[in-house]
Amino acid sequence: MPLSQELYNEMFDAHRRVRAHYSAFADWLSETPPARIEQNRQAADLLFHRVGITFAVYGEASGTERLIPFDIVPHVIPGAQWERLARGLRQRVLALNRFLHDIYHDQEILRAGRIPAATVNNNAQFRREMVGVDVPGGVYAHIAGVDIVKHNDGEYYVLEDNLRTPSGVSYMLENRKMMMRLFPELFAQQNIRPIDHYPDLLLETLRGVTQGEVDNPTIVLLTPGHYNSAYFEHAFLAQQMGIELVEGQDLFVLNNTVFMRTTQGPQRVDVIYRRIDDDFLDPLAFRPDSMLGVPGLLSAFRAGRVTLANAIGTGVADDKSMYPFVPDMIRFYLGEEPILKNVPTYLLGRPDDLGYVLDHLEELVVKEAQGSGGYGMLVGPTSSREERERYRQRILDAPERFIAQPTLSLSQVPTFVGDGLGDRHIDLRPYVLSGREVNFVPGGLTRVALREGSLVVNSSQGGGVKDTWVVD
Amino acid sequence: MLSRVASNLYWMSRLVERAENTARVLDVTWRMSLLVKEPALQDQEWFAPLNITGTLFPFSGRHSQVCAKEVLHFMALDPENPSSIYACARQARENGRAVRGSITSEMWEVLNSTWLEMQQMDEDKMLARGTSAFFDWVKERSHLFRGVTFGTMHRDDAYEFARLGTHMERADSTARILDVKYHILLPSVKEVGGAVDYYQWSAVLRSVSAFEAYRKVYRDVITPLKLAELLILRDDIPRSLHFCLRQVCDTLGKVQNAQSGETLRHAGQILSQLQYGRISEIFAGGLHEYLTEFLESMKALSGQVQQSFFSATLVE
Repeated sequence: MPLSQELYNEMFDAHRRVRAHYSAFADWLSETPPARIEQNRQAADLLFHRVGITFAVYGEASGTERLIPFDIVPHVIPGAQWERLARGLRQRVLALNRFLHDIYHDQEILRAGRIPAATVNNNAQFRREMVGVDVPGGVYAHIAGVDIVKHNDGEYYVLEDNLRTPSGVSYMLENRKMMMRLFPELFAQQNIRPIDHYPDLLLETLRGVTQGEVDNPTIVLLTPGHYNSAYFEHAFLAQQMGIELVEGQDLFVLNNTVFMRTTQGPQRVDVIYRRIDDDFLDPLAFRPDSMLGVPGLLSAFRAGRVTLANAIGTGVADDKSMYPFVPDMIRFYLGEEPILKNVPTYLLGRPDDLGYVLDHLEELVVKEAQGSGGYGMLVGPTSSREERERYRQRILDAPERFIAQPTLSLSQVPTFVGDGLGDRHIDLRPYVLSGREVNFVPGGLTRVALREGSLVVNSSQGGGVKDTWVVD
Repeated sequence: MLSRVASNLYWMSRLVERAENTARVLDVTWRMSLLVKEPALQDQEWFAPLNITGTLFPFSGRHSQVCAKEVLHFMALDPENPSSIYACARQARENGRAVRGSITSEMWEVLNSTWLEMQQMDEDKMLARGTSAFFDWVKERSHLFRGVTFGTMHRDDAYEFARLGTHMERADSTARILDVKYHILLPSVKEVGGAVDYYQWSAVLRSVSAFEAYRKVYRDVITPLKLAELLILRDDIPRSLHFCLRQVCDTLGKVQNAQSGETLRHAGQILSQLQYGRISEIFAGGLHEYLTEFLESMKALSGQVQQSFFSATLVE
């Protein structure tokens, strides 16, 4: 499906008139002295530095900590559009959780021939250890970060479903705090839906998925430690929820029960919000060289003595090779038509797809099915001939490891750059919480590609962030 | 609270205190060595700080000669010596960083800026600034850290474990300072060389900031007996063994758990000996023997603290 390359601007229509939901902000922008805006932009940088909201960049000199650039022009979403988006998210995450339960139990969707069995069973992310294991409420992905973009047809498309340990929610919360601090008048002028109850919702979600009835469950956040790039977020969320921030060494397993070491003796742990990948969770079961995990954790989990959020083995559902099948999952499990669109996707393991992709490299985005964070992808339209030739070789070496998609023209939002405002591409990551029910705060984290024309919004690749407003 | 967090807080304050005490010992040694005219004897003075900190052995492994320059570098700036001031500042900051959420921002800023400044330090700069100025800086940073802790930290268990580290380390350090100098405190020492003895004794007092207190309490010339009484048995001198042990017992009482009974009992036992001891009896039994026994007890207590609070295990 060829997608046209016209650009969609969130703030302006095709005739460069301000769209209705941006009018309050546009008025404010034209009335506010530029000097005040400039002053507050600098204040924001300073504040972020002082609070220490930084992230570490892998591949740079060890210990490099950088600030994510924050832009003060918000990404505004009209309430009605959000309602539809929210319905789509709820539907999608419900189906993905049903899918995870199914493939680790009866595999009905495979037997019905809706997904090739090999795509699931041969997937590196498919965890045999999880087969037949029941998790509370059948919820596997308690926290999902679904990456969404708006194409020039004005429709939302899902780019990927992050079901492992999605990060970034602390930026969403801090961005809002910063905007309210710098420009309180904006929030007085219009009805912007609040988001600061996210930690409460998250805690409620985690409390709702204990194994059996526990009166006052002990919930902990398991972090790889302060050298991890997202450590700030781990500490932030633990503090906001009032739960302990633990490392692997703080926990131990005895008789399939997880305890944390406290100065008052061992204390039983009921729910672990873990921010460590599957591979590092339990050195007895997965990577034996992992110093981050807890020996025996998998066994306690399988025995139903502790809840892991997210569960082990969710990666099989957000794998890029599984992505094309998500609309079918929705139809199969919920009997509904998908509300959110999928981007047409070519699986290079299929000879037909491979041939087409190799002939159209300059139009497509090619990614590794297992990759993340925008590392190692080819953006056809902005690539050089040499880059495409090098990438062609990589594809030919192992085609089944790659997928390709048409380059979407991500929508744009005006953004402060060097000498004033310029239009930059954005995406949106709402955080969907699944416990006893599905919950979320309106909006999500908006990421912006600061380089002109760039479609890569990842913070590790020079992306910035914006506050996201759902307005009524 | 988490054992790891408690342990980090405990070691964070212990190491800040250790850096301060090392600075105190080196400062006094430096001043004393200036009094000695003969170069060979001057170097003799520099055995004391190595003995006090129990680092003579690792020092000799890397240095052929005990002299001012080598010992100063080893104990103040050597990154390889885990008990150097430099290494203590580094490790205290690491401990603080690991429990960033349990200390106040002000505490973190002190640890962090101290470490940043310490990294800029080298031997030339230290000597250019004057060794005493360097030691004063170390003491000031430690005072600042303790003051900020006292002034900003939530009074929960985290505060208690930080306080425990300070007083465990300080008791240990005062006992070591006394022990290394015990020979100059023995009553048998003839009081003929009065001036030198006086200087030595006052140096010991100054090294623990107790010179003024001595004057106030005794209104008398310095005698070894009274000096030892002040630093061992008085309960109103903040660096005395008695004072520190009272703090330790107080803290242990506040954080006690199901396994810590024996630890608290042992600490109480050490305290009661200080509470009801007599300095004449201590000297009769031998000051050195007394201090050796005290240091042994503290070492055991340290192990018990570790066992009862920082390494929780379940007995199956």
